Amino acid sequence: MALLIKGKGEKEGRRRGRKVEPKALAEIRELLGDTPRRRDLLIEFLHKIQDRHHCISAAHIVALAKEMNLPTTEIYEVATFYHHFDVVKEDDMPPPPLTVRVCDSVTCEMFGAKELIMDLQRRVGPQLRVKTAPCVGRCGGAPVAVVGTHALEWATPYSVEKAVSEKQTEAIPPAGIDYHDYVVRGGYKTLAACVNGERDVESVIKALEDSNLRGLGGAGFPAGRKWRILRGQAKPRLVAINIDEGEPGTFKDRYYLERDPHRFLEGTLIAAWAIEAEEVYIYLRDEYAGCRTMLTAEIEKLRRNTPCIIPPIHFRRGAGAYICGEESAMIESIEGKRGMPRLRPPYLAQVGLFGRPTLEHNLETLHWVRDIIEQGPEWFTSQGRHGRQGLRSFSVSGRVRTPGVYLAPAGITMRELIEEYCGGMLPGHEFYGYFPGGASGGILPASLGDVPLDFDTLTPYGCFIGSAAIIVLSQYDSARKTALNAMRFFADESCGQCTPCRVGTAKAVALMQKHHWDRALLEELARAMEDASICGLGQAAPNPLRCAMKYFPEEFN
Amino acid sequence: MAANPKIVPEQQTMRFKLDGREADALPGETILQAAIRLGTEIPYLCYKEGYRPDGNCRACVVEIKGERALAPSCCRRPTDGMEVSSASERARHSQKLVLELLLSDMPSQGRSPYTPRSELDHWVERLELGRPRFPGRQQPRADLSHAAIAVNLDACIQCTRCVRACREEQVNDVIGYAFRGLHSQIVFDLDDPMGVSTCVACGECVQACPTGALMPAENAGLVRSDKKVASSCPYCGVGCLLTFNVKDNKIYYVEGRDGPSNHGRLCVKGRFGFDYVHHKERLTQPLIRRDGVPKSPKLIFPEEVYQYFREATWEEALERAGGGLRRIRDQVGSQALAGFGCAKGSNEEAYLFQKLVRTGFRTNNVDHCTRLCHASSVAALLETIGSGAVSNQVADGVEADVIVIIGARPNANHPVAATFMKNAARAGKKLVVIEPFGSDIALHATHFLQLHPATDVALLNGMIHTIVSEGLHNRTYIEKYTEGFDDLWTRIQGYSAEKVAPICGIPAETIKEVARLYAKAERAIIFWGMGISQHVHGTDNARCLISLALMTGQIGRRGTGLHPLRGQNNVQGASDVGLIPMVYPDYQPVADPGVRAKFERLWGAALDPKPGLTVVEIMHAVHAGTIKGMYIMGENPAMSDPNLNQARTALAELDHLVVQDIFFTETAGFADVVLPSSAFAEKTGTFTNTDRRVQLGRQAIDLPGDARQDLWIIQEMARRLGLDWSYSGPAEVFAEIRKAAPSMAGITWERLEKDDSVTYPCEQEGDPGEPILFQDGFPTKSGKGRFVPAAYTKAAELPDHDYPFVFLTGRQLEHWHTGSMTRRSVVLDAIEPRASIYINPEDLASIGGKDGDVLIVASRRGAIEAPARTANGIQRGTVIMPFSYHEAAANILTNDALDPFGKIPEFKYCAVSLVAKATNQRRYATG
Repeated sequence: MALLIKGKGEKEGRRRGRKVEPKALAEIRELLGDTPRRRDLLIEFLHKIQDRHHCISAAHIVALAKEMNLPTTEIYEVATFYHHFDVVKEDDMPPPPLTVRVCDSVTCEMFGAKELIMDLQRRVGPQLRVKTAPCVGRCGGAPVAVVGTHALEWATPYSVEKAVSEKQTEAIPPAGIDYHDYVVRGGYKTLAACVNGERDVESVIKALEDSNLRGLGGAGFPAGRKWRILRGQAKPRLVAINIDEGEPGTFKDRYYLERDPHRFLEGTLIAAWAIEAEEVYIYLRDEYAGCRTMLTAEIEKLRRNTPCIIPPIHFRRGAGAYICGEESAMIESIEGKRGMPRLRPPYLAQVGLFGRPTLEHNLETLHWVRDIIEQGPEWFTSQGRHGRQGLRSFSVSGRVRTPGVYLAPAGITMRELIEEYCGGMLPGHEFYGYFPGGASGGILPASLGDVPLDFDTLTPYGCFIGSAAIIVLSQYDSARKTALNAMRFFADESCGQCTPCRVGTAKAVALMQKHHWDRALLEELARAMEDASICGLGQAAPNPLRCAMKYFPEEFN
Repeated sequence: MAANPKIVPEQQTMRFKLDGREADALPGETILQAAIRLGTEIPYLCYKEGYRPDGNCRACVVEIKGERALAPSCCRRPTDGMEVSSASERARHSQKLVLELLLSDMPSQGRSPYTPRSELDHWVERLELGRPRFPGRQQPRADLSHAAIAVNLDACIQCTRCVRACREEQVNDVIGYAFRGLHSQIVFDLDDPMGVSTCVACGECVQACPTGALMPAENAGLVRSDKKVASSCPYCGVGCLLTFNVKDNKIYYVEGRDGPSNHGRLCVKGRFGFDYVHHKERLTQPLIRRDGVPKSPKLIFPEEVYQYFREATWEEALERAGGGLRRIRDQVGSQALAGFGCAKGSNEEAYLFQKLVRTGFRTNNVDHCTRLCHASSVAALLETIGSGAVSNQVADGVEADVIVIIGARPNANHPVAATFMKNAARAGKKLVVIEPFGSDIALHATHFLQLHPATDVALLNGMIHTIVSEGLHNRTYIEKYTEGFDDLWTRIQGYSAEKVAPICGIPAETIKEVARLYAKAERAIIFWGMGISQHVHGTDNARCLISLALMTGQIGRRGTGLHPLRGQNNVQGASDVGLIPMVYPDYQPVADPGVRAKFERLWGAALDPKPGLTVVEIMHAVHAGTIKGMYIMGENPAMSDPNLNQARTALAELDHLVVQDIFFTETAGFADVVLPSSAFAEKTGTFTNTDRRVQLGRQAIDLPGDARQDLWIIQEMARRLGLDWSYSGPAEVFAEIRKAAPSMAGITWERLEKDDSVTYPCEQEGDPGEPILFQDGFPTKSGKGRFVPAAYTKAAELPDHDYPFVFLTGRQLEHWHTGSMTRRSVVLDAIEPRASIYINPEDLASIGGKDGDVLIVASRRGAIEAPARTANGIQRGTVIMPFSYHEAAANILTNDALDPFGKIPEFKYCAVSLVAKATNQRRYATG
């Protein structure tokens, strides 16, 4: 037998990444069951891990990577993009099992969110943590705290503590018109008529075009024209529904979803029929946990009792990212990626979800499809005020007596809306100004309270109506402060892709935090953000800043 | 990032207006590309030529008439009539503001402290920006955990060029873009220090980074080099072109060049493994064995050299070296001499070396390590299709619809070639990986067939059987271009997929599916490596692959063919110029009297008509006492031969051994005279890569001490063997090679100096060079390709009760060949300092070991010990070890049984036992 030669021994080989832990792998396999390990389901899988373990550990990421044959970093970068995932590495403390999220966006801050957070943070312990959260879509009940997934409107330290101690931590599914009731009231007849050939595509698209129904997510693209464009694209085509309303001040989609979920589903299926789409994807923001339970159940009922042949409906859950309300970011998120908006062209109608031509719509847009078809486009166009046509669903919050969602004629003015729909201003409050279209739509002063509110009418003032989220300010509020709140929100929610938005929002916050605003520099910055950002977030982020400087000069004296 | 889908290139020229002037954009060109071509300056940072444009930095935004927002010129393509303003007040405002925002977040809000070539600094200067007016960001800490690369994210501008470098170019998938908004950050794996991440240190990210946030460690990138030398890589057969950055005769850093095989890409060895040339153990003075110091099979380590050797003048050393060989020739006879040339040396060196052996020693006993890598492949290729070189180049993988990689782990051994295969897989091509280990390339495979070791013939016959029995063979092609098909079909009747499935451990349906995939593909290409060749049935393995290509007509066209991946940078060239015992340059047989007469005329000497002995045969002849003197240039048989105990014993038995090398290798310890020679970067010469590309390596630095050019040493040796040579340099030698090798006759030195790289066959000056062989038949006597059936036979030594595990050798990414160069590179040694035994975790547990425990591995021929390293991809019952560690030399264990045709030893299979050395052994961090 020959000689033995010794290993060097004194030098350490370096560690190379992590090994798959058998225990973690078994847990992942058990969680995933026999679901296909598709790349686009990554966020769904991360939810499963977060829901079960209250965090996502490094060991689970490595095991999931092995199970999906993905690089670990691809999972890490997706998991760390979304607020609702707590990634915990070996040396990190796992978070407490219960999280209270307090919204600190514009309306909630006006109603004392900061004080509520400070108060609650004194009570945190090993079982509970308190985090600030961007708008949770309940601005009519500001301030809002979400205990687990249970949302508390008009939250107080007392109500939060009560919910915690009584373990009211699960969202309560809303009880709206369910499948049975909807069908009994004549629902899905129009869809069936379409699918069964009693209505033709051309007449349906024509009705939509004649109604001038525009995209109610905020961009306002004419719906009928969108459908027609899609029909000209190569097959297979897809439909993707955006229920990721996160624009501070906006809660109308939740309003309709909670009350009448099948109406938008019917609109969706009519759209899918009209553009001959193969599949439908529905993307719901994670904050609407109660709606999720209800909607998935209602979709299941629909699947089991289809009124006619319908395409497969896939349900996807957001994970806490405002940017995913941007249409192309939502597409990325549905594909299981970081929600980073795409450069356009190409447009989603050409190259959308999974590279296919995709019809993307906001929930509310499709909510009106059935009515327009059944009642005719004139029903829609005959409404309106001050020369404008149609209806708008205004989410009104702030210093009004009765905040809420109001279906009002397009073109109504702010003053009319306050007086006719919102019961006037809160006692002791005088109308000072308003956000006409959420945080990104800009801020207008009371002196411009008589401008018709609709698409295009606010452009001359450097504002837009967007999702029609109105936040009313009074003499106790400051445009400067609310503009800073809005900018902070955009800085937190910027996806981080392009320089003008990623760095621009952060620099704007830093400059706006100073007592003295360098208004010339801020204007230079605003101009570049508007001109050079990839998507609407960065382009619109300077709107409140610019409006504050333009319309509220007295606040800077 | 993957966020933005690739834009489909427009196929026509577009007429547009750029800053008021009419301009044409070439098909597929973006506004930015057109502007650069036309000399219009637009700042850009996230765009890098050759990479997918991402459009994230927004420094290149331009105004397009009629559009609401500005557009990123790096992503937008001009359309007819488009009016673009790149320097309007509005466009410039955003361009400058973007630069200012990024500059405000630089260290000290100023120039990058990490590189003198910061692209941000360049544009800040060009656009005359002053100090930024915005407050700076909170800066991250430096990550200096990696031996090769410094990570200073305080200079990061989040342009994601490194992410695209890692993910889309090299497909190593280590770098990610995590978190969001202002917290967005470049991360390695799970935001780990780079040094403990899965980073393979290819350095593509360093090359991609525009601001120096990723740089070579130790601030090497700050050195302002006094010369940049365009050369090629000294390591594997891929043949990457690179640039040496030199200052004061020292190489500081290396950059990839846009060569035809690498397009700017490099791997860890090529980019960071250059510093061995400056290692303190370089030989700088000739050495002569001290009188009365006997030889033994024991290794002599560099620190012990002077106990055994003394320094000598070149005159004395050459006289001793050449004189010793001359005496044996004259007193014992020519057949008592042999020479091992080198696959790392240049074509010119290899050519002169074989000419020296043939005309000075007067024997054909000349060989080199091709014998240990692809001899069987070459034997099969010559026998069946008449040519031993690759039929198609690696780049053809991109053209193929189906890529088959069998018996190869290109991620570790041909890393840059692997990147293109991974690119193809990402682009949706079918990638079939067939090998016993779950190596990293298998992660990208559409089909991964983890067969039992040494069952390739069974598997491949199963595929052949499937193809023919399902009628998927190409009858027209078989009829027109091949012979022997019927015989093949008769002889493999017993190899149905169902029959072979249990032998190779692959389900019959999978075998059939892959067979169909290959046969039905419009274009399919096969790459193979040592897993095919290093077996006693290596030639049979290759014959089966050739049969597959012939019967389906997957050869002779773009994106098809047969590609044995060559291991060393010049193993192709060394073989081409005749550094093998049975053929002269260009594979012309020494046994052919007509050929011999031609070379006798060319060389002006009588030549030995008998083919010489091969590497292992030479060692056996030494052991048998018939070979008494050897000249070994650059080879290291005391590490690379199988059954090392016997090989080392043989080396110790030589009467006279001359070793010419840059280091005191394990083999040098057996020498009588050691001649210090030139490293790759110290010489100029041609090197032929795996693709048949003849490429120029240029001298970058001077030789250390009294080391000499190999070409000079060979000529001095020749002089002492009675030859009167006086080649003025490599160009003159190359001119003679053109006369000796018709395939290369058309390649001129001037063209190489101009183009760097020329593909052969190139028979006439001005020929473009032919990348695709066999487009119309084969260079055989009949002009047809021949089917040679192969029967499945087992390996020479099978596991049994005493030696229950199968042992295979392989290589690691960081170490090359016997480690003589790579283990003397600071970076490579830091990353992989020790031998490891790669083993399946369950096997390790079954012998009571844990990761990092020292194991004793023993075969019938010897034993070694090294720590265990578990790898899930390794199948039960097999262990693998790299052969680059002298302290745990894997070849102590290997079997020197030979393939009867290629005379290649069976490195890829022998039986071993495994024992955990002690349960209380210190554990090593591995994995």
